[in-house]
Amino acid sequence: MAVAGYAGPATGHGPGRDFDMVEGPIRAFAIATIFWGVVGFLMGVLIASQLAWPLLNLDLEWTTFGRLRPVHTSAVIFAFGGNALICTSLYVVQRTCRARLFGGEDMGWFLFWGYQFFIVTAALGYVLGVTQGKEYAEPEWYVDLFLTVVWVAYLIAFGGTILRRQEPHIYVANWFYLAFIITIAMLHLVNNFALPVGGGVGKSYIVWSGVQDAMIQWWYGHNAVGFFLTAGFLGMMYYFIPKQAERPVYSYRLSIVHFWTLIFLYIWAGPHHLHYTALPDWAQTLGMVFSVMLWMPSWGGMINGLMTLSGAWDKLRTNPALRFSVTSVGFYGMSTFEGPVMSIKAVNALSHYTDWTIGHVHSGAMGWVGFVSFGAMYYLFPKLWRKTGLYSDKLVSWHFWLATLGIVFYITAMWVSGIMQGLMWRAYDELGFLQYSFVETVEAMHPYYVIRMLGGLLYLSGALIMVYNLWMTVRSSTLAEAAPAAQPGLVPAAAE
Amino acid sequence: MFRFLRDHGIIERNLILMGVLTLITVSIGGLVQIVPLFTIETTIERVEGMRPYTPLELAGRDIYVREGCYTCHSQMVRPFRDEAERYGHYSLAAESMYDRPFQWGSKRSGPDLARLGGRYSDDWHAAHLRSPRAVVPESIMPPYAFLDRPLDYSDIGAKLKAQQALGVPYTDAMVANARADLEAQARPDADAAGFSGRYAKARQAAFDGNAGTITEMDALVAYLQMLGTLVQFRDVTPEQVRQQ
Repeated sequence: MAVAGYAGPATGHGPGRDFDMVEGPIRAFAIATIFWGVVGFLMGVLIASQLAWPLLNLDLEWTTFGRLRPVHTSAVIFAFGGNALICTSLYVVQRTCRARLFGGEDMGWFLFWGYQFFIVTAALGYVLGVTQGKEYAEPEWYVDLFLTVVWVAYLIAFGGTILRRQEPHIYVANWFYLAFIITIAMLHLVNNFALPVGGGVGKSYIVWSGVQDAMIQWWYGHNAVGFFLTAGFLGMMYYFIPKQAERPVYSYRLSIVHFWTLIFLYIWAGPHHLHYTALPDWAQTLGMVFSVMLWMPSWGGMINGLMTLSGAWDKLRTNPALRFSVTSVGFYGMSTFEGPVMSIKAVNALSHYTDWTIGHVHSGAMGWVGFVSFGAMYYLFPKLWRKTGLYSDKLVSWHFWLATLGIVFYITAMWVSGIMQGLMWRAYDELGFLQYSFVETVEAMHPYYVIRMLGGLLYLSGALIMVYNLWMTVRSSTLAEAAPAAQPGLVPAAAE
Repeated sequence: MFRFLRDHGIIERNLILMGVLTLITVSIGGLVQIVPLFTIETTIERVEGMRPYTPLELAGRDIYVREGCYTCHSQMVRPFRDEAERYGHYSLAAESMYDRPFQWGSKRSGPDLARLGGRYSDDWHAAHLRSPRAVVPESIMPPYAFLDRPLDYSDIGAKLKAQQALGVPYTDAMVANARADLEAQARPDADAAGFSGRYAKARQAAFDGNAGTITEMDALVAYLQMLGTLVQFRDVTPEQVRQQ
């Protein structure tokens, strides 16, 4: 199926470049990615511990699970994931278009500080109790408005760079980044439509109510997964895996089919979060059917990513950073199979409201989003700081195995706990009474909450090893790049 | 199919075309699923009994949202036998028609709260919120003793006004009397003919066990105690709850 003449991302680094690439802000985004990653994982370990040992809520209003949970989710999705996406997209778009970032350094720094300001004001709000109360859309209206400004600037910078390109074609990674930027803008604007109370800061009421608000919220919420955590990161996959494997993308045709079907189908999947609720059945059924269909383009993307390694599988032995990228695609395949299964109403009747959902999200977030970002960061840090390589490949291996073990602990604990809780809720004794009171199910979950916390701790330890490794890479003088040497690289060619 | 693949080069060479086609592609699903919910009249069932929240309940609901209770509690009973026995009648869309934002939730680390109202006493709620494990030893809920502080309801009129502007059927009298109604509901001995006339089935009580100061605890307990109590299901006919 591979089409001859379709090559991977554009030319090699540094030497021979005919444009002056904006790099300062990208370095800052890379550091922010690592920083917020550690913060997000740490918050995750903390709130996981709170579920096992409620004393850790500390009797303070600012540290209850209810207020810290959005800090964890936003830190991982929007701070870690968002910085990784902006970092890599600005890098990739300049390289694959062979054009300097539109707006130059100033635009880059505006995006950087604007985005960090958004994260900090949102998180402060959560801790102080300023929230819209919509999952993954908790920031209040003034933060939402500010983010809109930053996001429009991001679209202009990204699109402007593409318009300046010296390549005739827009590279496939950029299609995914572009779809991510456009769709997130649409979702963000519609879902957060709110009326501030009395014109004051800090409290608003959302324009939508009840069942319509629920549908709009999960149209947004599921596509925060579909476009933020998937489409954007697929853009990352389409650049960094070919670069690390030094192979062209497996199939050009598959990328076209996979791109359009993925973005068309994903947007329909939201109602599977609302099975058996007061949302009308027709909407639930549509959500289920499209979620099951979504399995196909998802695996199309997985195949395209994995098969890019044809003929280069041996690199997995020698390049531990590539191991992260490739394993991430494996986790992507796993969670995009689990997702459609869970969207089937009969399965969802058991899984909904339980930890199974939490486990599913984390196999995607830790395994796919986390690993593909780690792979990209291990690739980018030496490039951005002009080093010949990483400080230690051995530490990358340590990170890889600790993180993988952590994920396995996490998701298996959540499968067991979730399915157990779902079954306990619906269990009847021989006399026809409900067998368990609710609180008995809570008690039964304790050991799994401890195991889950340990899994998170392993994952966090791996990330700290990464911080040390990247820090030493940046500081090391022995790794400094020598005089420019010609790099063969892959020459992009026009698609047929 | 293959022709489309060959012609895709046209899209790949044109940013604007690609952006517009992307926007169209990602708009379709949302339009099909969201717009009919506003236009099909049976989406929200025609049942009797729904009324807007009283000012005190609304203040309590805002605290529920502020504290992120939805991260562990759902407010959506599904139509299953075990849920009917554990929680009560399955939830209707009509029951959350005035909810901004909706709080159906997505996780039950704690039990569903859609029909919590009237199941426990006010004292139980206050004691449980202050120290969950004093009442339910196995509970993993955080303690909310800090809610025993005075409720700031200076903006309650503005809140009702905002809700009115969004289409919640608050009358002008309700908006004008928001403050007085809030105070009347939290004081069991207050004369409240006006209040009960405006809000059917709203109960007056010292919800936190103390008739003195009006606290955040008062507001939250008032809200929890009305959850799921407005629709009388013995009067509901199958025809009324049929959605399209």
